[in-house]
Amino acid sequence: MKAAATALTALGLLLVLAGCGRNVESAREEPVARGADRPAYGDTFIEALLGNVSSLIPNIVSDSASFDVAGLMYSGLVMRDGNLNIVGELAEGWTFSRDCLTLTFRLKENVTWHDGHPFTADDVVFTYETMINPKTPTSYREDFYAVESVTTVDPHTVRVRYKRPYAKALQSWGVWMLPRHLLERYVREGRIREAPQNWRAPIGTGPYRFHELRAGEKIVLVANPDYFDGRPHISRVVFRIIPSQATIFLELKAKGIDAAGLTALQFKRQTDYPAFRKAYNKFRYPANAYTYLGFNLKDPRFADRRVRQALAHAINKWELIDGVLLGFGREATGPYKPGTWAYNGKVKRYAHDYEEAQKLLAAAGWRQRNAQGILVKDGRPFTFELLTNQGNEERKKVAEIVQASLKQLGVVVEIRTIEWAAFLKEYIKKRRFEAIILGWGIGQDPDQYEIWHSSKTGPDDLNHTSYANPEVDDLLERGRASCLQEERVKHYHRLQEVLAEEQPIVFLYFRDALPVVSSRVRGIVPAPNGIRYNFPTWYVPKGLHRYTAG
Amino acid sequence: MTAFWRAFRRNQLAVVGGAVVLCLVVLAVAAPLLAPWDPHRPDVRKILDPPSGSHPLGTDQLGRDVLSRMLYGARVSLAVGFVSVGIATVIGIVLGTIAGYHGGAIDGTIMRLVDLMLVFPRFFLLLAVLAFLRPSIWTIMAVIGLTGWMGVARLVRAEFLTLKEREFVIWSQSIGASAFRIIWRHILPNAMAPVLVAMTLGIPAAILTESGLSFLGLGVQPPFATWGNILNEGKDAIEIAWWLSFYPGLAILVTVLSYNLLGEGIRDALDPRLRQAAGRFVGRSR
Amino acid sequence: MLGYALRRLLLAIPLLIGITFISFLVIHLAPGEPVELATGDLGIQSSAQAKQMLRELYGLDRPLHEQYWNWLTRLARLDFGRSFAPDGRPVLQKIGERLPVTLVLNIIEMLIIVALAVPIGVFSATRQYSLFDKITTVFVFVGFATPDFWLALLLMILFGAQLGWLPISGLRSLNWEYLSFWRQQLDLLSHLVLPILVATFGGLAGFSRYMRQSMLEVVRQEYIQAARAKGLAERVVIGKHALRNAMLPIVTILGLSLPGLIGGSVIVESIFAIPGMGQLMVQAVFERDYPVIMGNLVVVSTLTLVANLIADLAYSVVDPRIRVSGRRR
Repeated sequence: MKAAATALTALGLLLVLAGCGRNVESAREEPVARGADRPAYGDTFIEALLGNVSSLIPNIVSDSASFDVAGLMYSGLVMRDGNLNIVGELAEGWTFSRDCLTLTFRLKENVTWHDGHPFTADDVVFTYETMINPKTPTSYREDFYAVESVTTVDPHTVRVRYKRPYAKALQSWGVWMLPRHLLERYVREGRIREAPQNWRAPIGTGPYRFHELRAGEKIVLVANPDYFDGRPHISRVVFRIIPSQATIFLELKAKGIDAAGLTALQFKRQTDYPAFRKAYNKFRYPANAYTYLGFNLKDPRFADRRVRQALAHAINKWELIDGVLLGFGREATGPYKPGTWAYNGKVKRYAHDYEEAQKLLAAAGWRQRNAQGILVKDGRPFTFELLTNQGNEERKKVAEIVQASLKQLGVVVEIRTIEWAAFLKEYIKKRRFEAIILGWGIGQDPDQYEIWHSSKTGPDDLNHTSYANPEVDDLLERGRASCLQEERVKHYHRLQEVLAEEQPIVFLYFRDALPVVSSRVRGIVPAPNGIRYNFPTWYVPKGLHRYTAG
Repeated sequence: MTAFWRAFRRNQLAVVGGAVVLCLVVLAVAAPLLAPWDPHRPDVRKILDPPSGSHPLGTDQLGRDVLSRMLYGARVSLAVGFVSVGIATVIGIVLGTIAGYHGGAIDGTIMRLVDLMLVFPRFFLLLAVLAFLRPSIWTIMAVIGLTGWMGVARLVRAEFLTLKEREFVIWSQSIGASAFRIIWRHILPNAMAPVLVAMTLGIPAAILTESGLSFLGLGVQPPFATWGNILNEGKDAIEIAWWLSFYPGLAILVTVLSYNLLGEGIRDALDPRLRQAAGRFVGRSR
Repeated sequence: MLGYALRRLLLAIPLLIGITFISFLVIHLAPGEPVELATGDLGIQSSAQAKQMLRELYGLDRPLHEQYWNWLTRLARLDFGRSFAPDGRPVLQKIGERLPVTLVLNIIEMLIIVALAVPIGVFSATRQYSLFDKITTVFVFVGFATPDFWLALLLMILFGAQLGWLPISGLRSLNWEYLSFWRQQLDLLSHLVLPILVATFGGLAGFSRYMRQSMLEVVRQEYIQAARAKGLAERVVIGKHALRNAMLPIVTILGLSLPGLIGGSVIVESIFAIPGMGQLMVQAVFERDYPVIMGNLVVVSTLTLVANLIADLAYSVVDPRIRVSGRRR
């Protein structure tokens, strides 16, 4: 057995070595340059993508990898600045008529597509036609149903007429503009996916141009010297496709990539040593997504509001934030992020209180317990299945903590993780679930019609919980129909009060985004909109360039 | 039988292997008695604590005691190994025997079935099954078993093809022995040797398959622990929480070694040809 | 022999059709639909109309047997169709991008394993229970017992991050296009070292144990003793007579491992960010990208059937006692 012992020792040594690896000093360490910190052109920025890019026309995709890449190549008429205000991107300015029915854009005049063709109002019309064409496989069509017509007044002025006041009107024109002279034929025939611009030669108006794509390996973009806002400083952006989070982290530490989003554990415990802090800047801001525990309101047990409120009391949200996010998050009391204009913090809260939970459940009929201590009503014990999607560590942990919390209350939870495609089709769409742990990404506009309106309970709609409340319906409709922020705010504040009282879902938390970027990059300004909104103005000072833009 | 024991005892490695396997089984069965903490109860104040007096193997990402989870995990891992390989071996022996014995069209059909199963992505079958049924330990074991019999079938069939032409078979046939008797008495025992090797490599392989499935997100449901999924969860914290990788890895390693040493020891002791030629003992049991 | 081979090849065609038909059924039985994914997940507004349009485009609204027939007839013209993913590229193109990488990786791995396993097996068998035998036993089982992803991470940390000797992930360096031809090959090779190491370490056990066991059996046979009695040198006895017979089960096992050669390992490919067939298939399955899944199956099945045929023929060549027709005498 000596041989076995030797082998085990060797294995142990390997692990110890791994443990000693916290202070990674790459052989390619370079000195921090002093002196001139002026904006300079050049260098290459390397990013990692977790998934494969599926298409290079952003209007027809929905995966984040494709957005990350395409977002640098295309522009919309408007965009959001650091403070989440809508500002013009391709539009010089706009006027909105008082009745909220006519929106007129004045376009910038010096804009060209990457192939040199001038960008005109006609392209805007074409983009609109593409989006509403039923043969185009896009998910962002909804916003354009309210449009009555889009016309060109002159080559640099576009007039949009709406059928009725639509709150998201202005925002919806952040949609990426597509070139008529290249895509018209394909769109008309419904073959937009077969256009070469989808894979080999995308043409947009954005700060970066397409350079190269190696399927499954990398995508390279180069700075657009004719960008209407001035040439971006960083000359090249390379996206490396690395499908494993663990590998991305290793590459980050070895300086094989320049930026990554970290997990809570990595941010807190694995990047605290001096070499890392010197090489990278860490940022933290609330992300635009919240996690929740959803109920199927058609289930008689969950149709009773007291039951839902009791479960809300039984869950300790801070335990979740500490346990799953290591503290990098904040409590969610509704579908709006604290700090945004629609947020209302004065709503009913649910402190972690088992006694209160017991009382509520007792009032709902759950008074007795069986031999194992589980609550029973009419002879049936309170157990339910909690579904979530496979592959999401965060949600899995949330489910496990919720399970333990509810067990103390006397409610038994069985966790089931289901692969995404099956989950979506068989359980969510068919409403074949009792409770779910999922998340919603929140858009920039507070309109929540799709999620809470009682008309949206069909199989392809997003109101999974089958929530139906006439007051909420009314608030959603009115909030949508106005384009004046002062009016809308009132409706959304009231919406949050109702949702907090009713708890159709238990809002759990908003997590923080935890990106890190190489310290040689300057020009990053953390703001409510995150850090990426001004990527074209990021630069690397001359002395710190790491890669020659070849 | 006694000759078997004698032969087996000679092999020290095999004896050690067998002893370890026995220990593991005992530990697994006695897990509820031995585990100091509730393996499913999270405690967010103790996330990723290093090994200490109260937590000899440390805690995991939700503050649960690793030792307790390993003990309960032993049950799952060992069960997965036994049952799935058992299913696979039985199917494989049956089909391999039928194919090898009859030959001809039946053999052809079964071999094509083997080809189909080999080519079909097991992972996809798992996805389909797991999406339909409750993804419990049983379904995983069934699927691993139902998709892992091809190797055994081929081996058994190959042995049949070789042995069929051997003298003692022909001799038995000529004196009128029934087909079943021939198969059972003469051919199968000789075929058992490679089958046993396949089994002993199969049991730990099933344990590792489960861990691979956890990596892809298809393993046993939370919050249940298996060595594979503890290891999988530990990979993201490999540098700061070595205990999450080291202990399950060690456990898997020891289990694999023991099973294999045990299995090979059994095979060596069973194999009549090896025994005869060993020369040490002259006695013939029978 | 030739007749047998021809017969097998002819049989392979209906067999292939059978395989694809059954696979087609199973794939479509699995819950979930590609259109859901093609038109976005939960957080994004989806429209019933767009989905219906896509369903029609893909022919998913037709009955199963009609879908299968369409697919089969297109296949006969070597038209594998287009992927359901938003890039809509031809299936053959997607497979063609990835197959060479996987093949190279796996063939090198297989060669190394065989090259190592045979001598290990032979020496372990001839020196049964010796120190060499015990050490190699433990060594190969350590390799077998170590989960791929775990070993991969350890090696990446050690050789990539700490020592900096080898690249951590990917297939090529970022400046690959600018390197000279030979440096390009060297670069590729350096990226493949760790993945091959991980795969080989795990795969050694199976082969070397089978080799050892097979050798052990053969060495006890009478004809070996006869050869020794004849006075032949031990090396000839082992190397020529014993080895040849001991290789027979190896041929079987090689045949069994062939689908794996083309399939690729998802875990190794994900961790090392290598764009191979394993990842392609897994992603296609998760996305219910039916044309890619079916195309992949066809390629793998065809190559497997051909390889099996070669293995069976080789087996019968090596062991003349086997009647390839399987008839009882």
